[in-house]
Amino acid sequence: MAKEFKRLDGRKVNEIREMEAKVGIVPNADGSAMFRFGDTIAIAAVYGPKEMHPQHSQDPSTGVLRCTYNMLSFSVSERIRPGPSRRSSEISKITEWALKPIIDIEQFPGTVVDVHIQIVQADASTRCAGINAAALALAHAGIPMRDLVSSISIGKLDKQLVVDVNKLEEDWEEGEGATDIPFAFTSQGNEVSLMQLDGKISMKEYKEAVKLAHEAIKKVYEVQKKALKDSIKDIGGED
Amino acid sequence: MTTENNESRKIVIPGEIIVSGEDYLPGEGTEKKGKNIVAARYGLAEESNRLVKVIALSGAYFPRGGNVVIGKVENITFNGWIINIGSAANAFLSVSEYPRYVRSDEIEEVMSIGDMIVAKVLGARRKSIDLTVKSRGLGKLTDGMIIEINSNKVPRVIGKSGSMVNIIKEETGCNITVGQNGLIWLKGNSIEEELLAKKAIQFIIDRATTSGLTEKIQEWFKKEKKQIKKEKGDEE
Amino acid sequence: METSKLTINRIKEYLSQGKRFDGRKPEEFREIFIEKNISKKAEGSVRVKIGKTEVLVGIKLDVGEPYPDSKDKGNLITSAELLPLSSERFELGPPKIDAIELGRIIDRGVRESKFIDFEKLCIKEGEKVWTVYIDIYSINDDGNLLDAAGIGAIVALKNAKMPKYDEKEETVLFDEKTNTSVPLSDNIPFSITIRKIGNKFLVDPTIEEEDAEETRITMGVSKGDIMSSMQKGKETSLTIEQVSEALDLAEKAWKTNWPKIEKFLK
Repeated sequence: MAKEFKRLDGRKVNEIREMEAKVGIVPNADGSAMFRFGDTIAIAAVYGPKEMHPQHSQDPSTGVLRCTYNMLSFSVSERIRPGPSRRSSEISKITEWALKPIIDIEQFPGTVVDVHIQIVQADASTRCAGINAAALALAHAGIPMRDLVSSISIGKLDKQLVVDVNKLEEDWEEGEGATDIPFAFTSQGNEVSLMQLDGKISMKEYKEAVKLAHEAIKKVYEVQKKALKDSIKDIGGED
Repeated sequence: MTTENNESRKIVIPGEIIVSGEDYLPGEGTEKKGKNIVAARYGLAEESNRLVKVIALSGAYFPRGGNVVIGKVENITFNGWIINIGSAANAFLSVSEYPRYVRSDEIEEVMSIGDMIVAKVLGARRKSIDLTVKSRGLGKLTDGMIIEINSNKVPRVIGKSGSMVNIIKEETGCNITVGQNGLIWLKGNSIEEELLAKKAIQFIIDRATTSGLTEKIQEWFKKEKKQIKKEKGDEE
Repeated sequence: METSKLTINRIKEYLSQGKRFDGRKPEEFREIFIEKNISKKAEGSVRVKIGKTEVLVGIKLDVGEPYPDSKDKGNLITSAELLPLSSERFELGPPKIDAIELGRIIDRGVRESKFIDFEKLCIKEGEKVWTVYIDIYSINDDGNLLDAAGIGAIVALKNAKMPKYDEKEETVLFDEKTNTSVPLSDNIPFSITIRKIGNKFLVDPTIEEEDAEETRITMGVSKGDIMSSMQKGKETSLTIEQVSEALDLAEKAWKTNWPKIEKFLK
């Protein structure tokens, strides 16, 4: 019988760090939210649907979803020079793809829905926190959506699969080292909208990882749901 | 989910099942999936006479035909004015929708860039919104001030058959035009009156989802006016 | 939407009576809310809210070479981003002049006041010095990002701790913070921007008041009436009397508002 794998912060293998979510944190935005996994904090703000500029970027048949992911320079140990990087551009694009399946903006041709994500504090799994915040911000903005999207990272530390990777685990060096496997699912539809992999894993282990992630995002969804429901206290009837 | 008086409402999130049953009909903001009516956006779910809809609590303004809106003249073309009403596309007011004949060299004189106007939405098709100022009460705004609120809170500020906004008008003595797009024009006999109306509107939108607002706002006015009287007394 | 001319006229009318829409006096700031240490990886960080305006400011430190003309002094690099997240008026893309100016104004305020003791940031003259990075991000623009950023910079600096420096390996151990503060003087620059609307002056405008402003003067004021930096922005000019008026208001504003932030600077 294998003994219980010891994670550096004492968590069980399928335990997620403490999560927190809140909507409405940027009053100017049409919708906004914050999402936190432990020490990883992401904020997102949505503006739109609005007219898209430049005009030649417009799509006459549908509204366009445009995501930008960035990290604050001081969100990490070694300062990041302000401005986009190749990494942030890629994450911006996969975030857009992760959210696209649930958004219905065909009814707003020529418009853009801008989603701005900023990582305020980074302790790994930042793209996942970003997607969770973005999904909340989109809902808060009243964008027509058929579901939410929930995202979580799975890690493989040597041979052990764990849920919700932090920075120390990301840098795991024993055995086969660390493999980073972020996922996103449509929250109720159970469809995978984000898959990435960095490291080394067998096909069999990967299928395990998918199952783990699918199970874990239910907890993420509960946190997101609560943030939206709690955004308004005191619902009464008409006068 | 409904109470006896058909008025129970709850916050729903996208994808959430609102009600289940064959005889419910999917209204605005909802989708029918099998037997279920499912929310197609975040908002307040309401059911009345079997029609289920989700009312937006937040988010951008979507213009509808018949809406009275307040907008800003952004640009002038050879045959009209381009108006910003805060929606995804700018709206257009053609000279033919002005109450009198306007020559093309007069267009700028009649209404120039930066002017605020009250207009009615004639039609909002996929990419174009047409306005008219032909009816009474529409046209260029002069004097007064404009405040902006989230368009989803407008029904609350107006109230059932205008009941809420009428209270504000009475209590402050202001002329008030509430645009469906969230822009509100206030004009009183003094700036104090306008600021009181502005404060009252903020009071209402801070409590947009609570009940008994009519009583609350009347109470509030009583208190505010007492306070103003007291301050005036201190000043003199 | 940008504030309409109608409302701007009202703002000017009311100001000519000495009054502001929210009842504040010309020298009064809105409620100031400060939260320290909002980003653990930063050497120092702070969230500043003035009314609904919000900025995040972070301090990072790193070791590098000094500039040739200041071989025994540390460096300061200040940058600001007006994030599209914070307002529909800000676009995606590299910093435009507004952000560049904001960063430079805050930099000037900190640098010229000698708030940072640059000589104490020298590790080995001519070879190794500390560079202090101040990074400013707007989170919600409801007017007066300038002063919010200024307050953020000084509070973040005051509460920052130096990371450990391994002299032998010549590397900074970022994840090991010391209990040593950034070497600072007691000359703390409080950023106060005086705004001219019509013929009246005020501080800390809401976004509507800021839309109505014709010119602004940002001053780094310490100890009540010492200025070490100043920048006049926007087109409209001032008479000499108005310059005096602006300075008087700045002194008054310092007296009124400094007590609100002083406790974060102990």
